[in-house]
Amino acid sequence: MAIAVQKPEKTDQVPRSAAPAAAGRRISRPMVVAAILVAWLVLFAVLRGRQTLTLAAADLTGLHRWLNDVNDSVGANRNSNPLFLYFFNEIRLVIDHLVTFVQSLISQPTGTRPVPQIGWLGVVGLTGYVCWAVGNWRVALLAVAGFTFLGLQGLWQQSMDTLALTVSAVLVALLIGIPLGVWAGLSDRFNRIMTPFLDFMQTMPTFVYLAPLTLIFLIGGASAVITTVIYAAPPAIRITAHAIRSVPETTVEAADSLGTTRRQQLLKVLLPMSKRTVVMGVNQTIMAALAMVTIAALIDAPGLGKTVVQALQSLDVGTAFNAGLAIVVMAIVLDRVTTAAAAREEATRRSGDRFLKWRMPLLAAGAAVSAVLVYLSHTYVWAAEFPGEGSTGSHIASAADTATTWMQDHLSGLTNGFRDAITNGLLNPFQTLLTDSPWWLVAAVLIGLGVVLGGWRAGVIATVCVGLLVATGLWSDSMTTLASSVVATVLVMLLGATFGVWMGRSRLVDRLVRPTLDAAQVMPPFVYLVPFLAMFGPSRFTAIVAAVVYAAPVAIKIIADGVRNVPETTVEAATSAGCNTWQIITKVQLPMARSALTLATNQGLIYVLSMVVVGGLVGAGALGYDVVAGFSRGELYGKGLAAGLAIVLLGVMFDRITQAAARRTRA
Amino acid sequence: MTPAQTEVSQRRDTSEDPQDRTPVISVRRLWKVFGPKADQVPDSEELCGLTRRELMDRAGCTAAVRDVNFEVSPGEVFVVMGLSGSGKSTLVRCLTRLIEPTAGEVVFEGEDIRGADPRRLRELRRSKFSMVFQHFGLLPHRRVVDNVAFGLEIRGMGKAERTKRALEVVELVGLAGYEKSYPDQLSGGMQQRVGLARALAGDPDVLFFDEPFSALDPLIRRDMQNEVIRLHHEVGKTMVFITHDLSEALKLGDRILIMRDGKTVQCGTGDELVGAPADDYVRDFVKDVPRGDVLTLRWIMRPAEPDDALDGPELGPDVVVREATRAVLAAEKPVKVVEHGKLLGIVGDEEILAVVAGQEGGA
Repeated sequence: MAIAVQKPEKTDQVPRSAAPAAAGRRISRPMVVAAILVAWLVLFAVLRGRQTLTLAAADLTGLHRWLNDVNDSVGANRNSNPLFLYFFNEIRLVIDHLVTFVQSLISQPTGTRPVPQIGWLGVVGLTGYVCWAVGNWRVALLAVAGFTFLGLQGLWQQSMDTLALTVSAVLVALLIGIPLGVWAGLSDRFNRIMTPFLDFMQTMPTFVYLAPLTLIFLIGGASAVITTVIYAAPPAIRITAHAIRSVPETTVEAADSLGTTRRQQLLKVLLPMSKRTVVMGVNQTIMAALAMVTIAALIDAPGLGKTVVQALQSLDVGTAFNAGLAIVVMAIVLDRVTTAAAAREEATRRSGDRFLKWRMPLLAAGAAVSAVLVYLSHTYVWAAEFPGEGSTGSHIASAADTATTWMQDHLSGLTNGFRDAITNGLLNPFQTLLTDSPWWLVAAVLIGLGVVLGGWRAGVIATVCVGLLVATGLWSDSMTTLASSVVATVLVMLLGATFGVWMGRSRLVDRLVRPTLDAAQVMPPFVYLVPFLAMFGPSRFTAIVAAVVYAAPVAIKIIADGVRNVPETTVEAATSAGCNTWQIITKVQLPMARSALTLATNQGLIYVLSMVVVGGLVGAGALGYDVVAGFSRGELYGKGLAAGLAIVLLGVMFDRITQAAARRTRA
Repeated sequence: MTPAQTEVSQRRDTSEDPQDRTPVISVRRLWKVFGPKADQVPDSEELCGLTRRELMDRAGCTAAVRDVNFEVSPGEVFVVMGLSGSGKSTLVRCLTRLIEPTAGEVVFEGEDIRGADPRRLRELRRSKFSMVFQHFGLLPHRRVVDNVAFGLEIRGMGKAERTKRALEVVELVGLAGYEKSYPDQLSGGMQQRVGLARALAGDPDVLFFDEPFSALDPLIRRDMQNEVIRLHHEVGKTMVFITHDLSEALKLGDRILIMRDGKTVQCGTGDELVGAPADDYVRDFVKDVPRGDVLTLRWIMRPAEPDDALDGPELGPDVVVREATRAVLAAEKPVKVVEHGKLLGIVGDEEILAVVAGQEGGA
């Protein structure tokens, strides 16, 4: 647990627990870490409050002003600079056409038509039909019910906007991603070139794309789609490449020995055999796209995300809850349908030819029915505009409001107590330590930890990142964010270790908990804020809890798999040697799952960092607030951009250190 | 090593001196070296002489196949045998250039395969040779019949025609009734039958087998070995068979090449390996083989001495000891070993018992 040792409270325990490991080396790594932390505490006590590089919320540095100028000059020269004129603007134009087209089909009125081309009945019918065709009738029913529910919530148009953006982004992402993935699957060289790019894109917190992209593509639907494509294409590329690469070598060799050409090899062997996995990649792409489309509300993308953001900004829990629920419903529908599509091939094969004979006529009949529905919804108002006032939605909103009020009236003692305990006991001291130490002291500690835990290369990266962090002019804010992130990661790891070990040891628990985790993972990060906002009100702590809940499923799963992968015979051997359960966990399973623990820390931190900006919406302050403010207020644009950069720097630094540490523990 | 099965002897009848005809495949000075300076190794006398370990240390290379020479005659079953890591699988892949050889010649029906361009190589693979793999290499998304027809499909054969041919071959390998199954619905042995059918479908001149039965249970393995023997009877293809199992090699092979560390240790018929091992390695290998099942009378006869009675029954020199046992023991006088009317030697109870009772010696 690389992160746990950064907590000053624990320093005295570290050397003792690691004593056996020290036998081999003269000075063990945990002892060096402890020494660094003790030295930090001592120096902190002496130098507290000096050279802290604090910057008030409205203050700007030269860099921020320069970025503002860049923004202005880009804005002024958007239509004269050749790079923009012939490249960026063209991209924007193409995407814009696509988005406008899809929106005019299902969500936005066009020209003289007061309603979109296809009304709710057509969309619901078509969705049901497509889901049935690619999946099965159960997911088709789910999709129909889900979409109808969106209408009942009074969020039909917003939902369709979100759907339109998601569909456009997924189309483009797959159009780019699958060919690149196939290429990366076939060519080792291309794969080597792509991998670091994909790694980097996946470690970047979601929000960070937003600011620089608005500089180039302005705000609105088109740039939301472009951002989403950048975010959602990597999984498609990666999974397609992985699918192609995991076709068994014997099969490829066998095809080779029969004299296949490269083209035949690809079309008849590789692609058919990787189809299932590629469909799973499509699933990942769709879920990533939905998550990003809702977040892109911050750059003025229409849809459900915007409703949530506006409600969050006015702390209107009821509305936020209603819209958040709509996002959840849409996520569930999209996830189930694509998962069913992936499983489909297998199912038809098992059921034999019995259904195949009927399938074609049934498909044709379904197509005819949905065509009629589309026509109806194109022609008649009752089928075009969702009937009713969305009263279900207002019921849900008011119920959520009532629940919130009730909770604040009756449970505030409990929730506030919990909040204050964590805030005062853990968060505040740590944050003070980070923000009130002289900057060079914290920098030295970070670099030192990087070298000790990750080796000299990680140390170099930490040095560069720290240097750039200072240069952003947001050192103090970065340290505040770092404190929240580290506390959140520690909580994630505690949850992860507890549930992970439990799940790893018990198949039953695993079966019960895993579906929940899977479901939690497909949710867009926004959605997590709403219930915690209701419970804890706007504060740093709310953001931390949301981040913990967002990041915990990943960590739990990684640790559970790590514990599960400890060879059965080793556990058996330990049991036969007379270990009790606690000893097996602490002396066998956790040490053997050490690389999983490190990986979980890594992923936990990345996930937490990607929630930092979202947390800025509910009072987390610091970098998250800077980014959000940068979107909404022109004079803070440069500062927001710098804050985004600072988040990336924190992410890169911790990603590199934890990955290097993971490699070391594995070696 | 399990004892050789009793079927060893029946193989001998079908191999009517294949050595007389021009070889289908001749391999000369074949090298395959993996590593950064692979090309230099075969040409450098100094590097050639190194052991595997020294070569790794000196040049960073691994020589999987070192200077291997052999010829395979038409209709012959040629077995390459060796333990894992001996280079036998690399060798067989070099023959069809699934792995590119580093140096040497592979002449197939008079044509050096190494000189073939990709198009020609594909043509050869499509029509002249095919291969059966240890882990089957079937396409899980296709039915049995479509797997078998795959080779024909990529040649561009029409659907009706290739399905007809595939069904014939499916029948031939004993899978009738399973045409419409998917590979993962079949047992390992049946999957390998599909692999075999796929290899046979294109009517190739040569079949390569890369440890085809190693992944199967012993009983299924024996069935499959018999199946190969039966198919060899029926279609008479030339076969190159890779195995790590000596009993399998003795059972199937007309001739056997034993490899160790990429080098040929010995190449000969089964009784030659058992009767006259080239070195201690081979001797150790064949130690547990029931000698009576492999050796022929030629290996155990002794010259007739003046006081031997020469009016006993006659047997040929290529009769396997086990089959001669009853006749020799039943006869009251020593058995004469006669070839083309010429007396080669005699075999008495002593010689037979020395072999059947498992005494060492004779080699």
